[in-house]
Amino acid sequence: MATPVRTRDGGSALSRSASRRSRGEVPFRYASTAAGILLLAIMAAIAVFLVVEAVPALQANKGSFLTTLTWEPNSTQSFGIGALAFGTLISAVLALIMAVPVAVGVALFISHYAPRRMAGILGYVIDLLAAVPSVVYGLWGVVFLVPFMQGPSEFLHEYLGFIPLFGGDIITGRSMLTASIVLAVMILPIIAAISREVFLQVPRAHEEAALALGATRWEVIRMAVLPFGRPGVISASMLGLGRAMGETIAVALIFPATFGISLEILTPQGNSIAANIANGFGEATPIGRGALIASGLVLFIITLLVNMGARLIVARRKEFSGAAA
Amino acid sequence: MKYAGRLAAVTLVGALSLAACGTDNNSASTDASTAPASTAPSAGSDAGLSGTINAAGSSAQANAIDEWKKNFQQANAGVSLNYQPSGSGAGVQAFIQGTVAFAGSDSALKDDKGEPAQADARCKTGKAINIPMVTGPVAVVYNLPGVEGLQLSPKTIGGIFNSKITKWDDAAIKADNPDAKLPSTPIQAFHRSDESGTSDNFTKFLSKTAEWPYEPAKAWPAEAKGQGAKGSDGIAQAIKSAPGSISYVELSYAENSSLAKAKVANGSGEFVELTPESAAKTVEAAEVVGQGNDLKLSIDYATKAAGAYPIVLVTYEITCEKGLAPEEAKLVKSFLTYTSSDEGQQALTSLGYAPLPATVLAKVRTAVEAIS
Repeated sequence: MATPVRTRDGGSALSRSASRRSRGEVPFRYASTAAGILLLAIMAAIAVFLVVEAVPALQANKGSFLTTLTWEPNSTQSFGIGALAFGTLISAVLALIMAVPVAVGVALFISHYAPRRMAGILGYVIDLLAAVPSVVYGLWGVVFLVPFMQGPSEFLHEYLGFIPLFGGDIITGRSMLTASIVLAVMILPIIAAISREVFLQVPRAHEEAALALGATRWEVIRMAVLPFGRPGVISASMLGLGRAMGETIAVALIFPATFGISLEILTPQGNSIAANIANGFGEATPIGRGALIASGLVLFIITLLVNMGARLIVARRKEFSGAAA
Repeated sequence: MKYAGRLAAVTLVGALSLAACGTDNNSASTDASTAPASTAPSAGSDAGLSGTINAAGSSAQANAIDEWKKNFQQANAGVSLNYQPSGSGAGVQAFIQGTVAFAGSDSALKDDKGEPAQADARCKTGKAINIPMVTGPVAVVYNLPGVEGLQLSPKTIGGIFNSKITKWDDAAIKADNPDAKLPSTPIQAFHRSDESGTSDNFTKFLSKTAEWPYEPAKAWPAEAKGQGAKGSDGIAQAIKSAPGSISYVELSYAENSSLAKAKVANGSGEFVELTPESAAKTVEAAEVVGQGNDLKLSIDYATKAAGAYPIVLVTYEITCEKGLAPEEAKLVKSFLTYTSSDEGQQALTSLGYAPLPATVLAKVRTAVEAIS
């Protein structure tokens, strides 16, 4: 087989003695290119499918897709995404606020504080948490956490009720807060696992330099580990956020499936795009199915925007984080 | 960014070539058999039956079908029945597409959605018929420590579920229960967060008997507020764990979780306790509005019949009077003959369903007899 004439831009570093080393080179290049193209094609196919299915329903919508606060595509044929998108974002952000500090703490403990054997076991347990099916988290939420949260919720309302977040009339365990806690537990392992890997990548030279200057362990973490790991932790958090927004069955079991927009996280309200799809799919008419797919498309777009935002942050941080080794 | 143009081209090509995957046109039935229907086997003798019946639909009758399936397969070792409780809407869809021999649905085929015509098209030579088979009474369950034997009129129930009545000691509830000591706790009204035939029938009852401004539907109207819980078991769980709560759920779930059931007033103002017998009286008073063997019922939710409990749900088996594949027709007929027998109907009473009243049952048997 003759060496192929290279017309690729950006020439290859392997041009030296290519004849001897190029066996496997070309097939592998094509295979990896094909994999890349396949991924793009699948994404495009999904996007096209969502759009094609959603358009008829959106045209039949008697309400406004952006502002209507109900979801009745099967009966009155008016439905809107507003409340669902709001609930999706709020529950995911609350989950992130709860999960990230804990996850970073766990990751730091494993990477810098724990004895080696214990670190191994702990890391393993964290990874196991990620393998629990989400419906189990949902059942745990409904059967245990909802009744359990009644007390703490009333406590919060009693002493912090002047903050609108904890206000409201009926205080219950079946609330946005409980759903967010379940989500937080679910996304904890992935954020912790990735953060741990990032913290283990910190150049030894940085840490030793800090120690040589007389820094304590906390100061080492603050000066060397955290700045270096920041982009990684942000990426991990965004991955967690995506999972929290797309989580379906666990929140469908817990959310009271209301259609209002309210910041009172202790009252019985809350819903999300994914939970609504799970609740409505079984009995949906063709228009109803189209409407649910349209809501899926919105979730698709929101996730895309969130990920793009995260990438921007990471890219910007990289330039002036002092850890460019 | 020198790859950007190429990337866009690839994406575009991919999108164009895959656009065909985006639409799925399910109008064509996949039923391969166009053979004329065979002669019916003699009823009762189910010797030598074998094959598979595929069915799907309402989850309200899932427990009933499970019980029947067990008994039927014991009597006919060669037959296996697969019932997928995917929901009434999904069941009707599957029937129209020809993937199941019969569908279970909490409402008869709907004219305004053009379902009868589509179902008839699936049946080719015959027409689709709705056969009432399972009566599932809907209980109004509540959790109110210290209050026994709560009585509610339809208007009060409407007010509670429309979030107009928000406290347990509201004048309207007091008027229904002159002797009860009612607390001033806020009412937590629960509804199904998933779409369900139970909600559909419950809101039909409310719109006929109370001031219920919304269209009856499987999805709970958002304007009525309240809290949702997923599935009948989710409702039972929620009521158990929340004092001051009220909801509606099928009798079998209320029994399984031993929840308190309210007495509901019928059209003559009589407060009736929910039992299989009191529910059957309402079905007996229902009127058949279908043609011939199509037994679509119109339930009078404001029935004045003495001792009739007004909130009932009837699940239909939807199948072809004629036009199923011969093998399928034989199996479906044999199965439905069993379910509409006295033995089949009696098997359900212990599960929290009510038996069909004799007058309706006679018509059901005639309809099943006509399947060929």
